[in-house]
Amino acid sequence: MAVTDVGGARAVQRVDNDIDADTQLDLLRVMLRIRCFEERAEALFLAGELPGFIHLSIGQEACAAGACLALRRDDYITSTHRGHGHCLAKCAPAERMMAELFAKATGSCKGKGGSMHIADFSVGMLGANGIVGGGANLAVGAAIAARLRQTDQVALCFFGDGAANRGTVHEASNLAAVWKLPVIFFCENNRYASTTAAGAALSIENVADRAAGYGMPGVIVDGNDALAVHRVVREWAAHARSGGGPVLIEAKTYRMRGHYVGDPQLYRATDEVEAQRARDPIDRLAATLAGAGLLDLARLERLRAEVAEEIEAAVRFARESPLPSPEDALADLYVNPIERMP
Amino acid sequence: MPEMTFTEATLAAMREEMRRDPLVFVIGEDMASQGGVFGQFKGLAEEFGAGRVLDTPISETSIVGAAVGAALCGARPVADMHFADFVACAMDEIVNQAAKARYMFGGQCSVPMVLRMPDGAINSAAAQHSQSVEAWMLHTPGVKLVAPSNPYDAKGLLKSAIRDDDPVLYYEHKALFKTRGEVPGEEYVVPMGQAALRHVGSDVTIVSYSLMVQRCLEAADELAADGIEADVVDLRSLRPLDWEAIATSVRKTHRVVVAHEACRTGGVGAEIAAQIGEELFDDLDAPVLRVGARDVPIPFSPPLERFVLPGPADVAAAVRRLM
Ligand SMILES: Cc1ncc(C[n+]2csc(CCOP(=O)(O)OP(=O)(O)O)c2C)c(N)n1
Ligand SMILES: [Mg+2]
Repeated sequence: MAVTDVGGARAVQRVDNDIDADTQLDLLRVMLRIRCFEERAEALFLAGELPGFIHLSIGQEACAAGACLALRRDDYITSTHRGHGHCLAKCAPAERMMAELFAKATGSCKGKGGSMHIADFSVGMLGANGIVGGGANLAVGAAIAARLRQTDQVALCFFGDGAANRGTVHEASNLAAVWKLPVIFFCENNRYASTTAAGAALSIENVADRAAGYGMPGVIVDGNDALAVHRVVREWAAHARSGGGPVLIEAKTYRMRGHYVGDPQLYRATDEVEAQRARDPIDRLAATLAGAGLLDLARLERLRAEVAEEIEAAVRFARESPLPSPEDALADLYVNPIERMP
Repeated sequence: MPEMTFTEATLAAMREEMRRDPLVFVIGEDMASQGGVFGQFKGLAEEFGAGRVLDTPISETSIVGAAVGAALCGARPVADMHFADFVACAMDEIVNQAAKARYMFGGQCSVPMVLRMPDGAINSAAAQHSQSVEAWMLHTPGVKLVAPSNPYDAKGLLKSAIRDDDPVLYYEHKALFKTRGEVPGEEYVVPMGQAALRHVGSDVTIVSYSLMVQRCLEAADELAADGIEADVVDLRSLRPLDWEAIATSVRKTHRVVVAHEACRTGGVGAEIAAQIGEELFDDLDAPVLRVGARDVPIPFSPPLERFVLPGPADVAAAVRRLM
């Protein structure tokens, strides 16, 4: 496990495998679920069935699954524009999410949010965010609310290498560190912020190196290794839960698809993407599980089939659901509605 | 009835609401030792402790963003912007987060927070500490706006704002802080969306809010000496807006001036004038006039500042133009 003290991110490997078999299989199942959802969404988008635009997390499933499965249901997460995986990993039902992508009245946000504002508050998923870096302060606030209520909930903030450069992330990191809030800043460094290579926007190599400047531990983990991500988040969530304060975890991963579906990707070579296939997080965990005798081909196929059936059912549900009525556009703005709405 | 200052009235509201609901907390700069930059939070840290009166670094995006996050998770933050001008540093947290969260997430959540906005010009504070910025937020569906003009309303509206489940921006003019007025000892609230008629007359309607109401009352007295009787409608809330109060008065007087300290162009007055034009055109005997600051930043030098800001004479002059 890659762990550092305040003062810089250094990697320290730990070899023992302390994650129980059920959890390991769960990680695989959740990753398959995300992959299947994303591939289905991609196809549906290309077929013209989904309005708007969508950002996929294919290749980054180990981050969402590894992190969220290390949290409790009542813990909070804040997400990004690339939030489908986070939402699924926090155990949101796929049906309502898919219906939201279809802009249907039965969607998680009743068709008012779409892909970029996917959210499920019932599982502590406080929303994808169309504002890059917008979730960091929300996570700080969630942690404040937990402290005020004297619960031991933690808040995990997913953000990207691009978001790492926003002032909101700096302010939130400093504040969380000053107040020792139970926040896990989880940076998915997928090597690009839209068309910009991470290195072109960072004056240092690792986002996690910035932790020293905030006075919190910085940790680097292989973001395509679900078990490693899971271990790191589990350990630091426990640390935060027991009053140890925030942490900055940087997961080194890779965005396998374009920034959005339809991105011509002129900023990177196809070879680079192809080379990353060897790091596929799902293949990797499957191989590890097979090596440990926890998985055989039949079981893997069964898992894939179960997940595919769930996502197909979600697509059916979404297709059959009604569109919102036009006048629903005026609902859900205020809890206490304002009678006269000009 | 006991008298107290506007500041004391807001403090009384804070204490009552913080005692009533343990999920109400304060977040902002200079809270602990100073009780806020204008002392509107004095004594709260002593009574409620550092756990409920959070003294932040100079991090406006965090003050507002964390308030939104805490509100999404069931807490009821009262955040302080120090000077309303600084809200520009936290614009995204209001416009894209607080105002939109409930809506874009399809009603799954609510954002029960209050943002205290000390605004307006006083004592040559100059361009970056004097602006009235309520129009920015009136143009942002999803937030409510209140702007009390006196200590009684300051307390009652603050209590309503804290109890409301939606984000409320609480505009408190800095020149009002030391003003005194009667405030009942017993529990009361001033509901949002209810205007108050401060002066009664049948010749003209003057619509205003916040400190400018005091200026309009001075103008009304001056006009009364000339035999012109004005209705002065103190809006108290800008959203929800008490349209009935405006319409009732306009149907009686047929002449309207809308007055505020914020600059005229794109201001609240423009919006109210437009609504009156759309809905009460047949009741009008004259065009609706706006009184507001000149369209420049608030300057430093006293004669410049005085020239730019609207006063009772500007209100009276506008009324005379209508008669
Ligand atoms: C404040 C803000 N600036 C710019 C954008 C446009 N934008 C959307 S996603 C994105 C890239 C974000 O990169 P990163 O944080 O690394 O996340 P990733 O897309 O890699 O998941 C940009 C620039 C935005 N949505 N919000
Ligand atoms: Mg990125």
